[in-house]
Amino acid sequence: MTQSVVGVVGLAAPQLEAAEKVDGSARFIADLNRPGMLYGAVLQSPHAHARILSYDVSRALAIAGVRAVVTGDDVQTNWRMGAFIKDEHALAKGKVRYVGEAVAAIAADSEAVAREAAAAINVVYEELPAALSPHAALKPDAAVIHEELANYIKVFDTGSAGNLCSRTSFREGDIEQGWRDSDLIFEAHYLTQAQAHVSLEPCGALAEIDANGRITLWSANQSVFRVQANVCESLGLPMSRLRCLTPRIGAGFGNKMEPHVQPLAVLLAMKARRPVKLVLSREQDFEMVRARHPFDIRVKTGVKRDGTLVAREVEVLLDGGAFADDSPGVLGYALLMSCGPYRIPHAHCHGRLAYTNKMRFGAFRGFGVPQITFATETQLDEIADALAIDPIELRLKNLKRQGDRWLGGQPIASCGLNECIERVRTASGWNGGRHRAGSAGSRRALGMACSAHISGLLSTGAIIRLLEDGSVLLNTGAVDIGQGSNTVLSQLCAEALRVPLDRVSIASPDTDGSPYNWGTTASRVTYMTGISVLGAAAEVERKIKEHAAEILECSAQDLELVPGGFVAVKGIPHRRVGFAAVSGRAHWAAGGPIIGSHSWVFDQKTVDPKRASVVGLPFPQIGAFVFNAIVVDVEIDETTGKSRVERAWSACDVGRAINPQMVEGQIEGAFVQGLGFALFEEMVWNGPQIANPTLMDYKIPTFIEAPSELYAIIVESNDPGGPFGAKSVGEIGINGVAAAIANAVNAAVGVRLRRLPLTSERVLEAMLASEQK
Amino acid sequence: MSEIAPIVLNVNGAARHTTALGGDTLLTVIRDQLLLTGAKRGCNQGVCGACTVLVDGRPVRACLSLAGDCQDRRIETIEGLGDRPVMRALQQAFVAAAAFQCGFCTPGMLVAAFALLADSRLPSEADVRRALSGNLCRCTGYKKIVEAVLRAAHALADEAVA
Repeated sequence: MTQSVVGVVGLAAPQLEAAEKVDGSARFIADLNRPGMLYGAVLQSPHAHARILSYDVSRALAIAGVRAVVTGDDVQTNWRMGAFIKDEHALAKGKVRYVGEAVAAIAADSEAVAREAAAAINVVYEELPAALSPHAALKPDAAVIHEELANYIKVFDTGSAGNLCSRTSFREGDIEQGWRDSDLIFEAHYLTQAQAHVSLEPCGALAEIDANGRITLWSANQSVFRVQANVCESLGLPMSRLRCLTPRIGAGFGNKMEPHVQPLAVLLAMKARRPVKLVLSREQDFEMVRARHPFDIRVKTGVKRDGTLVAREVEVLLDGGAFADDSPGVLGYALLMSCGPYRIPHAHCHGRLAYTNKMRFGAFRGFGVPQITFATETQLDEIADALAIDPIELRLKNLKRQGDRWLGGQPIASCGLNECIERVRTASGWNGGRHRAGSAGSRRALGMACSAHISGLLSTGAIIRLLEDGSVLLNTGAVDIGQGSNTVLSQLCAEALRVPLDRVSIASPDTDGSPYNWGTTASRVTYMTGISVLGAAAEVERKIKEHAAEILECSAQDLELVPGGFVAVKGIPHRRVGFAAVSGRAHWAAGGPIIGSHSWVFDQKTVDPKRASVVGLPFPQIGAFVFNAIVVDVEIDETTGKSRVERAWSACDVGRAINPQMVEGQIEGAFVQGLGFALFEEMVWNGPQIANPTLMDYKIPTFIEAPSELYAIIVESNDPGGPFGAKSVGEIGINGVAAAIANAVNAAVGVRLRRLPLTSERVLEAMLASEQK
Repeated sequence: MSEIAPIVLNVNGAARHTTALGGDTLLTVIRDQLLLTGAKRGCNQGVCGACTVLVDGRPVRACLSLAGDCQDRRIETIEGLGDRPVMRALQQAFVAAAAFQCGFCTPGMLVAAFALLADSRLPSEADVRRALSGNLCRCTGYKKIVEAVLRAAHALADEAVA
C-alpha cells in the first residue's frame, strides 16, 4: 500500500497536542500533582570511587516534614538493572562509582525540606583509587570498578573482564589482502567529546502506591515499558505490580530512554506510603543521568589511485562511565556503521568499551554514528584531497546502492543517497567551486559529508478499536517525546481506514493497556510501530467488511472502504454503510466489539555468517537503512578562529514523509544539535568532577548560532517494507554535521582538526601553527 | 531561613493571595501555589528562558525574580495572554509553522515573542533572532520559530491595515 487515498499521509498536519502546547496547559512531569504528594530530593556522591562504610540518617529524620529516607540498604544486592548488562542498583549500594551518583534520597512535605534533609545525611566513605579514562581503566593495575562483573546477567556475548565492559568486532573480506591491494593507505586518530543532551525538561518521576500495594508511576521517559523493566529489576518487583504512564515529554534525544530517578521515586513512595514527586535540578540532570560517549577512534583506509575504496580498519575505545547502560549497543552500532554507505570489500571494525569512574554514557541521537562519521567522513576528504578528486565524486564512486549489502551482509531494500547528494550539490552550488567570498577578515568554504542510519529494531505492537459510535481509538504504547509520533501514527491509521484524522484518537501509553513497545529510540517509531498500525488496521478493515457484507447482503470481497468512515460495494458507492452502524452491529448483535491488533519484532539478521565474522554483536537484528547528505557553508574569522555556519543543506532519504513538516523539523533540529557538537558543546571534567554542569557554563546553540539559511531537503525512496514507504528521520540528520563542518573549515583555512569540538581556540591555534610551517 | 509571609500578587488581572519565604521566586509561587504551570523550570538560573513571564509588560525570568519583589506589579503568564490578539496570532502561527516539538520551551518563547511584537510591529529576522536569543530550544533548530514570529507579525500588520 503506497498510494494516499484520503490525503492524510503526506499531510503537514499540526501536532495533535498543538493547542495545549501553545496555551500553556500541556502537562509535563513537574506539572503533575497528586493528593497528599511528597517531594523527593537526592544526596549525591562526592567521590568518584569509594566504599560506603555507613549511613547516619538520624539528623535528616529529625527535621520536621521528613517522611522517608532511603539508602542502598533498602535494596538487595541481586536487584540490578541494565539494558545490556545488569550492573546497576536503584542507588549506590556498597560502593559509589562516580561523583554525583545517588547515594540516598528523602521524601518530605516540601522540596526545600527534602533538599535540606538530604544534605543532613551523613555517609562514611573509604575512598578508593579511581579510573577516570578508558586508557587508565584498562591498565592491568587499575582499580576494579565492578568486582562482581563476571556474575552479572548479560544479554549478549560481551567479553567483559576487569574494567572491560564489552568488545565488538566485525570482519568482512580479508583486511590483509585489502592493504596489499591498496595503492595508498591513510591512517589517523580522532577524538570526540562528551555532549550533554540538554532536553529543556529535566528528568523527573512521580510514584503513587494504592491501598492494594500496586504502584502507578509517571515519569519523563522514552518508553513506559523500559521504565517498567528497569524499576522492577532494580526493586525486586513483579512487573505486573507496576503501572507506568507518561505525561507530555520535554524531549529526550536518548537521555530518557533508560532509567534516571524512577526507581528512587518508587522506593520513596513505597517507604512513605504516599505519592512522591522527584524532579532533578538542571545541575543534577547534567551530573546524574547520561551523556554522549567520548570516542577515541583510529581509522585506516586503503584506496586505489582512481579513488576506489579497498580496505577499512576502524578501532574505537569508548568511555562507558560507571554503568553499562546502552553503551554496548552504542559500541556495536557505531562499528556497524563505520564503513559508511560505501562499498569497501575488506573491513575490520573493532572496539572496546571501558568502565570508568564517571557518570554513565548512553544513548544520544545518532547512537555513536556522529562520532564515527566525524572520523571516517573527514578522512574521506583527506583522501579526496590527496588524490585530487572532488569529495563528492569520490563518494559517488564508492556509494552503496539499492540491493547492495551493508557491512555484515544485510541487504539494502531502498537507497536514495545518490539523490540526496545530487540535491545538496545542486542547491549549494557546489560545482561552482567550494571557496566563497567571505566578509572582511574571514575565509569561507563549503564542506560536505554523508551518513546512514537504521529504522528497524526490536519489537512493537498496535491495537485499534472501533468504538460504538464508529470512532477509532489507536493504542500503540509508543511515547511521543515531542517529535510528533502521536500525530504520525494517527495519520497512518486514518489513511489505512480512510477516515479523517479527527476521527482517530490515540491512547496515552500505559503498561496496563498498551501493547509492548521497546521505545521511542533508534529512529524506530514511524517504521516499526507504523507497520503495526497498518497491520492492526487491516484486521479492523477485514472485520468491518464481514459485518458490512451481512448488512448489505453481499460478499465481503466485493466491499471497499470509502473515505469518510464508510464501507461500500465496489463500484456502487451509494450502497454503503457507516462505521457506526457496523460497530453497533458488532457491539449489540453479532461478533463482538471490533478490535484489530498486530505485533512484531524486527527479524532481519544483521550478520550473514557467509559474508562476515562478528564477535560481540549487541543487536543481531537491525536494519531498514536511511541516508543523508549535507553541505555546509562555513565562514571562519581569521582573527579569532571562530567558525560560523552561514548556510546548510541537509537532504535525508526518509523513505516517505508521512508528515513533511515534521520531517523538516527533525532534520533542522538534528542539524543544529549537530552544530553544537561540532563547534562548542563539551562536557569538561576537572579530575573526577564535571566542571560545567549548568547552562551558564555549558552552551547549546541559540537563535544566534543556528543558521537562518538551513534547508531541509526530503528525499523519498519509498521503502518496499515501510508503512506507505516510510523509513525514519529522527537521528539521521545529526550524523554528518560535524564532519561536514570540519571539512568546510579545512577547505576554508587549510587546517585539519581531528578533535571535536572545533572551538575558536583550536581552530586559531591550528591556523597559527600551519602559518609557521 | 526567613519566615513565611503573605504576599498578594496581581496575576493575569486578578489579586492572588499567596505565601512565600523571603527567598521564594516568582516561578515557585506561580507554579506551586497558583498552579500556573505554563512557565517551566528549565534551569532555575535565568539562562534557558522557559520561565519567561511579563512583569509590567516586560519579559522577565520568573526563576530569578523574588516573589516578594513582584507585589504591586502586573504579572502576566501564558495562561492569561491567550485573549490578546498578538498572542492569538503568535499561537496560530506557531501551530501553522510547527514552531515547537516537545513544547517545553514554547510558553516562555511565546511570552518573549509577545513582548517583541508589542515593541516592534514588523521586526526583521535579525530582530527576532536577537530578541529571542535568551530562550533556548533543543528540538526545532529555531528556524520554524523565526518563521512563526514573522508570520504572526505580518498577520497582525495585515489586520491593522484591513
